Amino acid sequence: MKQREEIISVENLVKKFGRFTANDRLNFSVGKGEIFGFLGANGAVKTTAIKILSGLSKPTSGKAVVAGFDVSRHPDKVKKNIGYMSQRFSLYEDMTVKENFRFYGGIYGMRRKEIRDRTAFFLKNLGMQSFENMLLKKIPLGWKQKLAFSVAILHNPRIVFLDEPTGGVDPITRRQFWELIYETAAQGTTVFVTTHYMDEAEYCERVSIMSEGRIEAIGTPAQLKEKFKVSTMDEVFLKIARYKE
Amino acid sequence: MRTVLYILQKEFIQVFRDKAMLPIIFIVPVMQLLVLSYTATFEIKNTRFVVLDHDKSVLSKKLVSKFRGSSFFSFAGDATNYEEAEQAIKKNQTDQILIIEPDFEKKLNQEKSAKVQVVTNAINGSAASLMYAYAASIVSDFNREIIVEQTPLKNLGLPIRVRSSYWYNPELNYITFMVPGILVLLVTIIGMFLSGMNLVKEKEIGTIEQINVTPIKKHQFIIGKLIPFWVIANVDLVIGLLLARFVFNIPVAGNIFLLFFVASIYLVVVLSFGLFISTLTNTMQQSMFISWFFLVVFILMSGLFTPVESMPGWAQVIVKFNPVSYFIRINRMIMLKGSGFTDFQNDFWILTAYAAAMFIFSTARYRKTV
Repeated sequence: MKQREEIISVENLVKKFGRFTANDRLNFSVGKGEIFGFLGANGAVKTTAIKILSGLSKPTSGKAVVAGFDVSRHPDKVKKNIGYMSQRFSLYEDMTVKENFRFYGGIYGMRRKEIRDRTAFFLKNLGMQSFENMLLKKIPLGWKQKLAFSVAILHNPRIVFLDEPTGGVDPITRRQFWELIYETAAQGTTVFVTTHYMDEAEYCERVSIMSEGRIEAIGTPAQLKEKFKVSTMDEVFLKIARYKE
Repeated sequence: MRTVLYILQKEFIQVFRDKAMLPIIFIVPVMQLLVLSYTATFEIKNTRFVVLDHDKSVLSKKLVSKFRGSSFFSFAGDATNYEEAEQAIKKNQTDQILIIEPDFEKKLNQEKSAKVQVVTNAINGSAASLMYAYAASIVSDFNREIIVEQTPLKNLGLPIRVRSSYWYNPELNYITFMVPGILVLLVTIIGMFLSGMNLVKEKEIGTIEQINVTPIKKHQFIIGKLIPFWVIANVDLVIGLLLARFVFNIPVAGNIFLLFFVASIYLVVVLSFGLFISTLTNTMQQSMFISWFFLVVFILMSGLFTPVESMPGWAQVIVKFNPVSYFIRINRMIMLKGSGFTDFQNDFWILTAYAAAMFIFSTARYRKTV
């Protein structure tokens, strides 16, 4: 195996809400430029982990280093280096596409020209130039998701966290979405993505599968299929879930 | 600093794009000022009275016509007996009954003394004592006229004469007194609601999460949220002052820049208070209820409708924490008396400390983590 540079490393990470343990002693690392799939049946548990890694939530114990900074001690330094796309659509519906890009570019400290150029680049890439001055609320969901992804990587973050980015989106748009993810990773940005579509898990370079707050399996899709002696990720997932019962 | 400018740009875009909010921000305050200033009055006018005249003489009719001629009274009819008059009070058709005894004129001429009874509906105690006082002054006026008529040669000059002059509001116009206070209420209500609803709205629609993953500083975000509403509330104050000047004919006697300076500090208190509530709550509904609670207490205890001096001691202590009462007091001083900074500097420094404290509270309370 080639020497890889770790961009996310998690040691014994625990997150408890009262008596409920959402994340139980997580240990894993993600390499630079990797597409890492974070899978699990319970959406809330995955979201909790993503929120800790992006500095939105504090871990109960354990350590997480993201882009070289400890998330619980330097959350703002982590935030400078990451992009985040929430499960809930969270751009401003009452603003136009351009205004949303300008606002987020601005608060990440980008120069005006840089914002203009990047906006034009993304809209061209998505074939959405004509949407530039349209209010977000008038744009269909699939397109909005692609815009949200573009906003998340507008400032060229080192890592982008995507929390179920393709939820409720049609298969064609999902495919296009994954093409965007590949393009982004090819430019060196690490992609950390959660999903519950197992066909999407096949697209990831490496995946981890969580069950009841613990990581039960981690590796490339090929390794996992071999380990559980099955032919699809779907079956891997079912085996892990059944094994727990 | 650049970050704050981007937030400001975004906030202004959103405010002016919201077609439902614009009229609320700019037209509602105008309506409130115009309507409230005329209606929030404690002057008693048009006290309705029923006459039960058992005498029906020239003199008794003269007394009744004095009542009818007064702008404070309006005649609500004659009663033929006491039961009928009492029914009129019960049915809320009259506020007072004027009863004149039989042989009123005869007794006045022969015995130099006669009786008149005034019955007043005293459910509202302070209004009743005013109505009674008006009635008493009409009767005593009437007395004097009779004395002059009957003893025309004597000069009834009084040894001590009081000459009163009313300052700052020479016509004792109630509107003059109310308008500066109501202006304060308008900017307070608008400021508190706009700021109280804004941050929590971002929580409700989920956009706050996207903000919270950015490296934005807490104070930058709060300042960016505060300034737009600060500008809007000041614009509302400009509109209100123009109305005061041109509709109610109340110019600002003092320095208008001083007025806006104090208003600007005061608005930091109100807006930070609203943002503070916004950080504590999760839905606009919760925020609305809490804002209402504080606004009602602040307004009723502001000294606008009832003088602070006549509140019980413990209530006066509470009023010391009421920002609205400080600004109403200062605004009345500047607008009506033309007071300068040194006249209210203690109140001003308290307001400034309040503003600093509320700003720090709301910034500290705003969490970028969930």
